[in-house]
Amino acid sequence: MKSHVIVFPGSNCDRDVAVALENAMGHPPGMVWHGDTEVPETDLIVLPGGFSYGDYLRCGAIAAQSPIMRDVVKKANAGTPVLGICNGFQMLTETGLLPGVLMQNASLRYICKDVHLKVERTDTCFTHKYSTADILRIPIAHHEGNYYAGDDVLDRLEGENRVAFRYCSADGADGKNLPFEGANPNGAARDIAGIYNEAGTVLGMMPHPERLADPELGGTDGTAMFDALAEALQ
Amino acid sequence: MTAATAQITPDVVAEHGLSAEEYERICAILEREPNMTELGVFSVMWSEHCSYKSSRVWLSEFPTEGPQVICGPGENAGVVDIGDGQAVIFKMESHNHPSYIEPYQGAATGVGGIMRDVFTMGARPIALMNALRFGAPDHEKTRHLVSGVVSGIGGYGNCVGVPTVGGEVNFDESYNGNILVNAMCVGLADTDRIFYAVAERPGLPVIYVGSKTGRDGIHGATMASAEFGEGAEEKRPTVQVGDPFTEKLLIEACLELMTEDAIIGIQDMGAAGLTSSSVEMAGKSGVGIDLNLDHVPCREEHMSAYEMLLSESQERMLMVLKPGREHVAQEIFEKWGLDFAVIGETTDTGRLIVTHNGRIEADLPVGSVSSEAPLYKRPWTETPKPEPLAPESVPSPNSLGDTLKSLMGSPELCSRRWVWEQYDHMVMADTVGRPGGDAAVVRVHGTQKGIAVTTDVTPRYVGADPFEGGKQAVAEAWRNLTATGATPLAITDCLNFGNPERPEIMGQFASAVKGMSDACTALEFPVVSGNVSFYNETNGAGILPTPAVGGVGLLKDIGFRAGIAPQPGMGILVVFGVEAGHLGQSLYLREVLDRRDGAPPPVDLRAERRAGEFIRALIENGSISCVHDCSDGGLAVAAAEMALAGNVGINLRLGDGQITPHALLFGEDQGRYLVACGNETAAELVDASMSWGVPARIAGEIGGDLLTIDGGDPISLEELRARHEEWLPHYMNGD
Repeated sequence: MKSHVIVFPGSNCDRDVAVALENAMGHPPGMVWHGDTEVPETDLIVLPGGFSYGDYLRCGAIAAQSPIMRDVVKKANAGTPVLGICNGFQMLTETGLLPGVLMQNASLRYICKDVHLKVERTDTCFTHKYSTADILRIPIAHHEGNYYAGDDVLDRLEGENRVAFRYCSADGADGKNLPFEGANPNGAARDIAGIYNEAGTVLGMMPHPERLADPELGGTDGTAMFDALAEALQ
Repeated sequence: MTAATAQITPDVVAEHGLSAEEYERICAILEREPNMTELGVFSVMWSEHCSYKSSRVWLSEFPTEGPQVICGPGENAGVVDIGDGQAVIFKMESHNHPSYIEPYQGAATGVGGIMRDVFTMGARPIALMNALRFGAPDHEKTRHLVSGVVSGIGGYGNCVGVPTVGGEVNFDESYNGNILVNAMCVGLADTDRIFYAVAERPGLPVIYVGSKTGRDGIHGATMASAEFGEGAEEKRPTVQVGDPFTEKLLIEACLELMTEDAIIGIQDMGAAGLTSSSVEMAGKSGVGIDLNLDHVPCREEHMSAYEMLLSESQERMLMVLKPGREHVAQEIFEKWGLDFAVIGETTDTGRLIVTHNGRIEADLPVGSVSSEAPLYKRPWTETPKPEPLAPESVPSPNSLGDTLKSLMGSPELCSRRWVWEQYDHMVMADTVGRPGGDAAVVRVHGTQKGIAVTTDVTPRYVGADPFEGGKQAVAEAWRNLTATGATPLAITDCLNFGNPERPEIMGQFASAVKGMSDACTALEFPVVSGNVSFYNETNGAGILPTPAVGGVGLLKDIGFRAGIAPQPGMGILVVFGVEAGHLGQSLYLREVLDRRDGAPPPVDLRAERRAGEFIRALIENGSISCVHDCSDGGLAVAAAEMALAGNVGINLRLGDGQITPHALLFGEDQGRYLVACGNETAAELVDASMSWGVPARIAGEIGGDLLTIDGGDPISLEELRARHEEWLPHYMNGD
């Protein structure tokens, strides 16, 4: 399997996700500079977390206009799987590959902590090693992760089974009554933490699976996503 | 204002923070009067902030050497060997005055500045810490300052993508008008690729890279060297504005260039910007430097030489390159979208010659500017030694359990979660010990080694007895590193004090430095970098003396380390170290009885070392993996923190009754560790401790979901957690 991570000025989780990919695939992904115009032949494109272009203007907005993104959009539309994590999710909404926007967290503060996620779908290349009964513990780290879209868009996403992950409490309950902050950490509409495109090949998510994919870091709930990709795309 | 037209009057000299005698000394050095630009250069280079003129005679007492030390104080940061051809490079620095005036930008640029000190030496920053002191919670500005400082630290570090892994937050009314924001950065480098701030020899190109120069922060170093009076907020224009995005690009560009054979010397433009970076590099190598300001990238029009030399615009670096390698550097900086300009050359004149628009604006002897600032051995008086407080003389509380709950929910001891959840503490995916433990631990990327980092000082101890308080700050840092299993390597420090021209403040400083030096020597824990911040006063009222210590340690294998959360199967709690029930200057005294008297707990450095080496040996050989040091709030608070971390109950035993219960539980005796382990291990450890000469006592049993004190006073973990977690978010919400 060949994978490529796009590096923007201000990306800062590019190395982290490359390590997780390498652990799953047995070889490192290619790193592609934002100024390039073409992603080499690939089975997977990853848009990493960070502060591309300093998050100036709007998170992900300038990245969406960078030279490489034209080819990313083209390849995504042709069916190449794309994973956008955090800032990468913001880019995917800015390019229009995914609907909706990521607004400021409801607390208006940056939040970095572990959250719990329900896996809504297990028939994609990203999640086929999870079960819908799983409650994942994965960290978030963002200031703009409050997913918003109009009710019609949200209804359609749910109707088309395109919600990838939802925030939940440690025991899997919905609701917002965990101590000191709700299980929904940022106010996202319908507890949405990640969504797919229509084909289920483009995934945008605010949580960082690459940050808990190593037992030394205190958890491995993210590992199965990278293993799933390595298996599905070989 | 131009250099030619401005008149230098005694008022102008005073506004530049120079005394009449210092001005005379400048005239004597130059054999003429300086022009305005030259006066500006002297004013920043001879400021307390840059010259250490009041502190230097005392700082020479610090032990600064050891087999692990590659480079001690005097460079941008200290360098310490961690084996395998790798080194950690670290430093802590204050950004107190700017953060009081403009908390977000003040704190943010403090983080930016300390990172530049580290990556300028060739290290990739891998961890950030901070030590924050705010005024009383009920002071009208405190909430605003906490909010601004925390978001500023997060705003900068999060964007750059270096994890902020921990720190300290304290509240005390002595900081009402002068908060402390001390930021620390730890970086990782290869020992054969460390860069210094040198200019080497004449005839080399001097390069400016990074952001453009603006009018921000002019005279920041001078401001940092004066007391605040009324209207300090009006100094806002002297605060710089940070751009973490540019910093991130600058890190990547500098580290990329450092893999090429191009750099001779490199220095960040921090306090006093272009002036200090060029003068310090030239001064160290005994060469001169010609600067042509026409080539300096500017973001504002019509900037004068005075302004360009004194600007503290952020995210800029000065480099001396190998001749003919300019194009290599230029290509890299342009790739990262950063300014690159050749602005001068090293010379054999020994002079700093600055030209602008075809005119010579400054012509100064480099050596005099860089190292002939006056040194002051200011008069000092020793702080009177307080009397120790007998445990029996301190009233006992009505309920030990209620007291523990109220301490756990007090501003000093409550959870700092609200703070560190605003910091990205996991980016780089190597944070193996997250905030909330004794010390944070980051893995050395791609290895099994770990770096433990902590910041410590107990200002109320230092205020009561600067010598013992200085010792304690170093010992606690050493102990916190030890509690993770790390071998302490070295410290950086950030010495925050009041006005050194007052003898009692100078006395605090001198004694604290002596105490720190004694502890550093006894624990083989040298000082490799640091910073002094004087004049932390508002309207003549000084802060509690606050010599913050940043300690760094090495774990050879992160598979053998300890955390504070008891794991299943750990049924016994053992306390190691001497228990004496010292309540002087304790939080029990302050929070429960509203008293601040007595002597702080003394540190027996030999006992400290024995206990620490014993504990570390047990962690290294895999015998134990759950350790917590006892500090603020004493044994009971340490045990309660362990219970919450492991989400498991503890019954605390009161021992043989020799020490009155509240003194045993809340006394802040030094050199103690709480260890959770299995029943069999506990018996073995107590035996083993005898041969090490470390006292040990079974302090309790672990299990269930209640915290009890000798079987009574049951507290549910749920209630304890709520008390511990609630205060800070409620306070910040204004509830």
